[in-house]
Amino acid sequence: MNAIIFSAVWGVLMMYTGFFVKSRNTINLIAIAGIVLLIICNVHEFISGMSLFSIDTKGMLFHSNFGLVFLLIILISTLMYFLLSGNDINAAGKSSSDLYALIFFILSGIGVVAGFKSLLMLFLGIEIVSIPLYVLAGSDKSNLKSNEAALKYFLMGSFSTGLMLMGITLIYGDTGSFYLDAIKAGLSVLTPMKAAGLLLVLASMAFKVSAAPFHFWTPDVYDGAPTVFTSFMATIVKSVAFYAFLHLFDNAFGNLHEDWKNLVAVIALLTLLIGNITAVFQQSVKRMLAYSSIAQAGFMMLAILSLNVFAKQGLLLYFAGYSIATLGIFAVLVKMKDHSVDAFNGLSKTNPIIALSVLVSLLSLAGIPLTAGFFAKYYMLLAVIREGHLMWLVVTAVLCAAVSIYYYFRVIQAMYFKEPTNILTLEFSSTFKWMMIINAILIIILGIHPDIILSLI
Amino acid sequence: MFAAVDNFPALLIWLPLFGGLFSFFLKNAQQSKTNAIIFSASSLIVVLVSLFFSGKEHFLLNQVSYQWLTSIGSNFGLILDGLTRTMALLTAIVFFLVFLLIPAEQYKDANRFFALMLLTQCGLYGVFMATDALVFYLFWELALIPVYFLASIWGGEKRIRATFKFFIYTFVGSLFMLLAILYMYNKTNGASFSLMSFFNLNNTASEQYWLFFAFFIAFAIKMPLFPLHTWQPEAYEQSPTPVTLVLSSVMVKMGLFGMLRWVLPLFPLAVKYFNTSIIIVASIGIVYASLVAIYQDNIKRLIAYSSIAHIGLMAIGILTFKQIAVEGVLLQMFNHGINIAALWIVAYMIEKQTGITAISQLGGLARRAPVLAIFMVIASLANVALPLTNAFIGEFMIFNGIYQFNWMVAAFAGLSIIFSAVYTLNMIKNVFYGEERTALHSFADIKGVQILVFVVLTALILLVGFYPAPFFKMFSDSVGLILTKYNS
Repeated sequence: MNAIIFSAVWGVLMMYTGFFVKSRNTINLIAIAGIVLLIICNVHEFISGMSLFSIDTKGMLFHSNFGLVFLLIILISTLMYFLLSGNDINAAGKSSSDLYALIFFILSGIGVVAGFKSLLMLFLGIEIVSIPLYVLAGSDKSNLKSNEAALKYFLMGSFSTGLMLMGITLIYGDTGSFYLDAIKAGLSVLTPMKAAGLLLVLASMAFKVSAAPFHFWTPDVYDGAPTVFTSFMATIVKSVAFYAFLHLFDNAFGNLHEDWKNLVAVIALLTLLIGNITAVFQQSVKRMLAYSSIAQAGFMMLAILSLNVFAKQGLLLYFAGYSIATLGIFAVLVKMKDHSVDAFNGLSKTNPIIALSVLVSLLSLAGIPLTAGFFAKYYMLLAVIREGHLMWLVVTAVLCAAVSIYYYFRVIQAMYFKEPTNILTLEFSSTFKWMMIINAILIIILGIHPDIILSLI
Repeated sequence: MFAAVDNFPALLIWLPLFGGLFSFFLKNAQQSKTNAIIFSASSLIVVLVSLFFSGKEHFLLNQVSYQWLTSIGSNFGLILDGLTRTMALLTAIVFFLVFLLIPAEQYKDANRFFALMLLTQCGLYGVFMATDALVFYLFWELALIPVYFLASIWGGEKRIRATFKFFIYTFVGSLFMLLAILYMYNKTNGASFSLMSFFNLNNTASEQYWLFFAFFIAFAIKMPLFPLHTWQPEAYEQSPTPVTLVLSSVMVKMGLFGMLRWVLPLFPLAVKYFNTSIIIVASIGIVYASLVAIYQDNIKRLIAYSSIAHIGLMAIGILTFKQIAVEGVLLQMFNHGINIAALWIVAYMIEKQTGITAISQLGGLARRAPVLAIFMVIASLANVALPLTNAFIGEFMIFNGIYQFNWMVAAFAGLSIIFSAVYTLNMIKNVFYGEERTALHSFADIKGVQILVFVVLTALILLVGFYPAPFFKMFSDSVGLILTKYNS
């Protein structure tokens, strides 16, 4: 609850700073201060178990420990995002305070999603997250691709939200309630109406997390949007969508698990195959990362599929590992004019520290041991094995992980084994280098000792 | 007991790990070399000290287990039993000699080169010592990553493709191993990854069958066993020779070792069920690799194929699950490491001075480098398993076990001994004797440290050849434990 209110207030504050503060660095600092404040409030709520505000939400919002840990991961990722890409947010639009304000409003929506106990709140939260995102995607107004991305994102997003609303209506019609608990109690036997509602909600959630076959918008939007916001969409927003997916299907539709399980298994299989195989053929790192985000979504789908304790713990770990690693790569990519793989040629010689950090991020995405990505994938596989009788899916997932090595390692090969071809050497500030080092260290700490996150839940 | 004493096995992990990380920060090539020598020497000392405590109950052989991931029940479990000590000794000796031998200025960015080598060593020790499946898996990968970078940064012209192939092969194999590990972990009810708890699982035959293959493919790729060997000649040819040396002398033993430590004890039913068919394929592989070796013109490729043949024989020895064969395999794992290291060093000397790896362009080197030629002849004779060399004892015991298993397999696989004589002696003849090429007139003989390295290797070849008993004393109990489920 703290997070919702403080981020909304801070968002308004950020809007007005644009009038009084001219220095972009100061605006950046104010935003970072806001995130730090949010983290502190969130930790306070986690430890004391009480919100600073007592608001009667009629039981529609309740932040469990799981939700608070999730929020904490999101807030820390956002902090890393501000630290790594702050200067690029400043450069993205005419008034960076507006952009920061939008991000804080998104965080407010994330706070709602983290604690929804009613479908209304789910809808509200997702909309609060989505609408500022459409604006961010189109924030590079003079760029046609950015405009196209924003429009595409908006159309697809509203279409999927429409599907969700229809699904919610059908479920409400059947169970007579918006509350998750009541729905769960009412959904023990599958009737056609429930099935239709469930299917619509499933499709719309698949849209939001860009799972196949609802993934088509992802590469275009990720590619077209300003890189600095692609980074935000591909990591933090994706995690939120997955959290909502898990929370909804666990707490509202958990009783029908056996009925929708196979459908989700097929979606996971398709997502894994399409994401990984298409990523192999990409020449641009930005587009490759878009497909990689689909591929990683395939792995995260395994958690939705299995819904056991490993799945829930592992998904949080996955959010942290995947977000931090992807943010690190994007932060470097933003600073490059050229997004092709060749742009990375010889980076280890011109910028060894940056190359090392990107290397750690890539190894984590590929799921190599001693990085966060390994334990994330490990938990996903374990969760499915726990369910039994889905070994075919596990084997496919493992093969896909092997395929993913190919496209992640192409960047590594370019950085380490090829000679520099860029005539213009990239300049990175020393602050940025330190941030990249911290990013890499975070990944390795999570890879050596994932208990840091797991013991919280 | 003092904490430091209890943590004795863990020293083998920490020393190279710390040395490797430290090396990244060194500026000077000579410093990095000294650093690598110091850390590999100290780990060699640790191994040597552990050899003196062969008593079964001694504290140095105790398993150690540190709390690591309590929430998933994985402990950082290490052991220094007979198997491990044999392999740790090989690792320690080989790395120490390699570090002595490489001139500091040989590779640019020497600090990174030595750092990655030390990290590889750390990974290898970890693989050999782990008693916890998750830790084993972590080290298995940890040994692979630095080697991949070593070979890809400092390797030959086609290095990127060749080493990537190597990486992908190994990685795919290890992923299936991970699946099998997770499956068994799930069967322990999420309680433990330890070898002991896996050992007590009582998997049904059909479970064992696929679990066996999940592990076996990972190990077979690493060895490599025919027909999964295709990554090897290319990777060996393209890697810088010191890396190739480490790969073929120590790293391929990870596969054999994995068979001994994990596959034999855990899946007895599957081993009994599949061993005949795998042995047949492997014997075909041995003969095939030997025949290919005969027709190789590149020294590095020749040694690579010879290695495939020898490793194949050891794999057969393991799958017969006879005590004598398995003991022979363990001894031979050590011997082969020493012998092939000697061969690679010779290849390295020649390549470093002349830049030539084609046998047809070499000749008459014995006149320019008589000392090198003597060592080469001894190493080659050991490679052919001549009596009184170390390999004779190992191969003799393996063949003894294979013969007990099936005489036809023994006869067929025995062809490889004849073939190995053909290609090895041919190589000596064409490289060291015969007509001298004009391009080689400036070839200088070995001296100083290089002689020392060869003396150590030769001494090991002959010592083990004359008196292998200490080795058997060291590991025969451990081998007995591995084969418990086969003897009842």
